[in-house]
Amino acid sequence: MRYMIMIYANEAALANVPIEAAQQMSAAYGAYTEALKKSGTWLAGDRLRPSQATTSVRIADGKTNVIDGPYADTKEQLAGFYMIEAADIDTAIEWAARCPAASTGTVELRPIWELDDYMPRK
Amino acid sequence: MDSRPEIARAAAEAAARQSYGKLVAWLAARTRDVAGAEDALADAFAAALERWPRTGVPQKPEAWLLAVARRRRVDAVRRRLTSEAGRDHLKLIAEEAEARMTDQDLPDERLRLMFACAHPAIEAGVRAPLILQTILGFDAATIASAFLVSPTAMGQRLVRAKSRIRETGIPFRVPERTELGERLDAVLEAIYAAFAEGWSDPAGTETRRRNLATEGIWLGRLVASLLPDEPEALGLLSLMLFAEARRAARRDMAGDYVPLAEQDHALWDHALVDEAEGLLGRAATMGAIGRYQLEAAVQSAHVARRLSGRTDWAAIRALYEALFSIAGSPVVAINRAVAIAETEGAVAGLAALYVLGDDKRLDDYQPYWAARAGLLARLGQAPQALEAYDRAIGLERDPAVRRFLQQKRAALIQ
Repeated sequence: MRYMIMIYANEAALANVPIEAAQQMSAAYGAYTEALKKSGTWLAGDRLRPSQATTSVRIADGKTNVIDGPYADTKEQLAGFYMIEAADIDTAIEWAARCPAASTGTVELRPIWELDDYMPRK
Repeated sequence: MDSRPEIARAAAEAAARQSYGKLVAWLAARTRDVAGAEDALADAFAAALERWPRTGVPQKPEAWLLAVARRRRVDAVRRRLTSEAGRDHLKLIAEEAEARMTDQDLPDERLRLMFACAHPAIEAGVRAPLILQTILGFDAATIASAFLVSPTAMGQRLVRAKSRIRETGIPFRVPERTELGERLDAVLEAIYAAFAEGWSDPAGTETRRRNLATEGIWLGRLVASLLPDEPEALGLLSLMLFAEARRAARRDMAGDYVPLAEQDHALWDHALVDEAEGLLGRAATMGAIGRYQLEAAVQSAHVARRLSGRTDWAAIRALYEALFSIAGSPVVAINRAVAIAETEGAVAGLAALYVLGDDKRLDDYQPYWAARAGLLARLGQAPQALEAYDRAIGLERDPAVRRFLQQKRAALIQ
């Protein structure tokens, strides 16, 4: 099954992390990504720029609204994601727990809703 | 900070769990309806957890729980329980238990309940959770977090296991001598699984998991006291106490990971070490060696450093050889390879690791990569060591251990 690991982080806190700790964190992510790839679990994944770089778009009454900033202005923002292939949710939780973000912020795990699941072929 | 209220609260909670487990075991042993027994006591148990820390533990805690359960819940429980017969049965049994308790203590049936929970017909992965829930009254969400499983999934597994006990007619009894060994193994394994989940939170910051190590020891004590002539039961308790004794030494002041060989042994809990040594010695006189005694003996050899000033790797290696021949898991093989490296050098250690070959399970097994990285580093094979450290770092979920491995890796490049 495919799962999306969504990494939520407190951006304000991250901005204040000393450079050495930030480098260590990046290295930990590098190692985590490698471990995912080596085990054949990794499908995709990337880091996102902070939410100040976000642009939200919405069309209402035929008018396009373009807004600076994220859809939900919360303290914890989506900071990155992984897409993984795991046999079941237990395996996926195991990988989510290894994500460096699990010990600093929150990691959310959602199964992909595969096309076949909601539009079964006849 | 005054910790006395905290201690009183913990003592009251322990007493509540003790009585609760006894009652669940007593009721379930007669009906085979574990869920029904838990259901009947749920509210009374919650009331005890809330009230006893303030009022103190009542003189007859089990009688208190039963009385509250009957007064408050009889009707509600009647409505909730699934089968008519089960309901009435449970009521009769509660009356029987109450009548008994007027003149004597309730017999302790928890060992029988544990054997039912760790029965071969119950899926191995749910045995430890089941014991934690039925004997100690932990809720599914707490158990789920400790075992890295979603609370809904854990809840469903527990419900399924309980109906399996009833429907397949799993007996509530301590097995006969002939099959006791194997069946006891399953019970001990479940207890050790609970302890190990708690142990993997070395900082002890996550109270849920820390509790689990304490509860594992508590269950180990219970089994050792109920089966005092079973060397493996004593061996497991000894093993857990050795490990627990070192808890404080596993992190330095800055919260960084300290490997066993570098731990300051003044920080070890010497009373616990002595108790562990005593248990291991007693087990050894019974003349039946087993996995837990051997693992406890490894621990004993490690802590002997506090007296001799050095680690006796030859003894540790011999113990791992013995363990490898009776329980050749990858975990044992890795530890054996490390011991070989300490006695014969890194090349021999690495060779012992390579024997594991391409066991697929090792792909995401952190200790394998950490051991391999350490040995390659000692041989000066920096590129391969770096790669192995990367794998180990990527697979670690404890930030302190991750930092430790990153430092080792960084030292290779300098």
